[in-house]
Amino acid sequence: MNKQKHKTPMPAQDPNIRNNNFDEVALGYTKEDAINEAKRCIGCPKMPCVSGCPVNVRIPEFIAKVAEDKMDEAYEILTSTNSLPAICGRVCPQENQCEGKCVRGKAGDPVGVGRIERFVADYHMENVGNDGVEPVTEGPGKGIKVAIIGSGPAGLTCAGDLINLGYDVTVFESLHKEGGVLVYGIPEFRLPKDIVAYEVGTLEKKGVKFVRNVVVGKTMYIKELFDKGFKTVFIGTGAGLPMFMNIEGENLVGVYSANEYLTRINLMKAYLNDYDTPIKKHDKVVIVGAGNVAMDAARCAKRMGAETHVVYRRGREEMPARAEEIEHAEEEGIIFHLLNNPVRILGDEKNNVTKVECVQMELGEPDASGRRRPVAIPGSEFCIETDAVIMALGTRLNNLICETTEGLEMTERGGIKADEETGATSIPGVYAGGDACTGAATVIKAMGAGKNAAAAMHEYMQANK
Amino acid sequence: MHKVVYKKQLSHDMFWMEFEAPYVAEKAKPGQFIIFRVDEYGERIPLTMAASDKDKGTVTLIFQAIGRSTMLLSQLEVGESIVDIVGPLGNPTEVEGFKKVCVVGGGTGNALAYPVAMGFKAAGLEVDMISGFKTKDLIVLEEEFKAGVDNFYLVTDDGSAGEKAFTTQKLEALIDEGKQYDRVVTVGPPIMMKFVNEITKKHGIKTIASLATIMIDGTGMCGGCRITYDGETKYVCVDGPEFDASLVDWDVLIARNAYYMEEEERDRNHVCRLTGGVRYYE
Repeated sequence: MNKQKHKTPMPAQDPNIRNNNFDEVALGYTKEDAINEAKRCIGCPKMPCVSGCPVNVRIPEFIAKVAEDKMDEAYEILTSTNSLPAICGRVCPQENQCEGKCVRGKAGDPVGVGRIERFVADYHMENVGNDGVEPVTEGPGKGIKVAIIGSGPAGLTCAGDLINLGYDVTVFESLHKEGGVLVYGIPEFRLPKDIVAYEVGTLEKKGVKFVRNVVVGKTMYIKELFDKGFKTVFIGTGAGLPMFMNIEGENLVGVYSANEYLTRINLMKAYLNDYDTPIKKHDKVVIVGAGNVAMDAARCAKRMGAETHVVYRRGREEMPARAEEIEHAEEEGIIFHLLNNPVRILGDEKNNVTKVECVQMELGEPDASGRRRPVAIPGSEFCIETDAVIMALGTRLNNLICETTEGLEMTERGGIKADEETGATSIPGVYAGGDACTGAATVIKAMGAGKNAAAAMHEYMQANK
Repeated sequence: MHKVVYKKQLSHDMFWMEFEAPYVAEKAKPGQFIIFRVDEYGERIPLTMAASDKDKGTVTLIFQAIGRSTMLLSQLEVGESIVDIVGPLGNPTEVEGFKKVCVVGGGTGNALAYPVAMGFKAAGLEVDMISGFKTKDLIVLEEEFKAGVDNFYLVTDDGSAGEKAFTTQKLEALIDEGKQYDRVVTVGPPIMMKFVNEITKKHGIKTIASLATIMIDGTGMCGGCRITYDGETKYVCVDGPEFDASLVDWDVLIARNAYYMEEEERDRNHVCRLTGGVRYYE
């Protein structure tokens, strides 16, 4: 038992060096670090951490194996419920999930579950690898075809669980690379793309087929998938169209959605010289919003060499981004303007952005979200000069599939209507989950939805054999 | 991989190329577009399809080699391949609810106007076509249009072929002569489409413009293609690419489309000693 009150520190790149490169920020535990941290787990019988995990990772069990230096066994336990541990260990908001419920957190830091998880996955990748992974040829799903639309976290998880049951799984991806938000949204310095490619590669070795450049709803319709012999379909197409504020000047030249800015950098690798996609090197950039996507965009802009400012209408307490992301952004020199809200964007005669006019805000009574409602202070308007503005305000749902699929019901907010427990939609055999249903949420929630749907699809296909 | 199955150079920088893309060809309709990527380092570039053939499983792209990716595309020969073609994207051209239409194409836009005009003919409409080019050497598809539409009007800015006029002048002249169009569809440089709209607005003729903007994914994710339309933000990829020309904020569109002009210029001016064309990395 390790009675140390604080988490074993995770080595990281120095803020003033990392804000000039796209290499991973957090460097990961050594084996000694991981064992030391694992020994902080008291193995409490109630296991509140497990209930805090959307995919119910058997946390105390795998941590106990790490403490005993049995890394292969730890990996087996971890991957029995989580097919993407190297990803979750890096991008899950553990503070609200497993670690948020950890008993050790009552007096000191919780056990660093995410850090240990990452270590176990990385250690396995480095020392065992996936070269020996064999195609799954047997199982209750043998010979039964399943289609998965979208290769983001929901789709990959669903594919992983179904291939393990022996199903014949095909994943359709609209872009030219698999991973969804893991490749186009989350930057390299938080989640190296090699790791995503590795996890996709493992699924491929197990027998999952990936078909790129297929936009279901355009290239192919759901109905046709059934005609082609697929018995069930899982829709994990992710969140859709970026939201804007509907203020003056939002379509000026130099105003981006965070999705566009991040996609240019992460998917298209515009920051590397040998890739063709262009990206501007701005002197100064203003990011609007304070979620994880806003932090990603801000930290990318900083790495592209810009003086980077974040404007957010509420206060520090209300910022939706993970605390760790906000701290990292601050350390890297990003300037925050809290309780400020853009009212319009101004441009020059060529329609290029020149400044953002903001108004100061104060917090009033709590609103529907439970957070205190920001109210503008009259007469407090001021301008921030800038070359570019990146809007990171979330997304609204994309209805490409709903429009072309008769009988597929939508929620009031425009998402695909799916049962929370099973992912079942209004069409028998069609399941859905992740941001396509809920709007923008987290990687792990999408994975949880993919996992639940896989179980329900399995049950449905076995019953309708 | 998508193999080049046919290639023809139409003018010094215009090319007609057919690619294998069976999934796309299966569904493609006039007015829709694809996004292509030449190689692993490539950009995602949207292009409206000039034609598609379900049986052969091919799509036809007619394009001007003007930026890095279109130049690389133009250097491919029959038998060579590109890595990605995704589509069909966007909504097909609306062909119902009117009888007599005038299609106005400018420069490269004529290539994109061609499937639209043919789509109208196939739907049984009466189609007049005004094709405008800067000069004689740049003319494309003259024979195809002549054979396909009811009345074909060729104009050039310098009078080196056809009538010496701008497309807008020809359109106004035809309307003044008494031609009754219940719709005008225009494809070409935004500045031309803007002026086409100004003429038709005077005469109360509904005008549809086919827009080409900067895009990445083409499915409504990045928002790069957005325009200001009737005071609201619309996405060319999923809401378009065709819009009522009278509601488009043309100045915003023109400015946004010019965003990467410097980069384009730089690529155009760099002559690589290895390729004889654009710079090739590695």
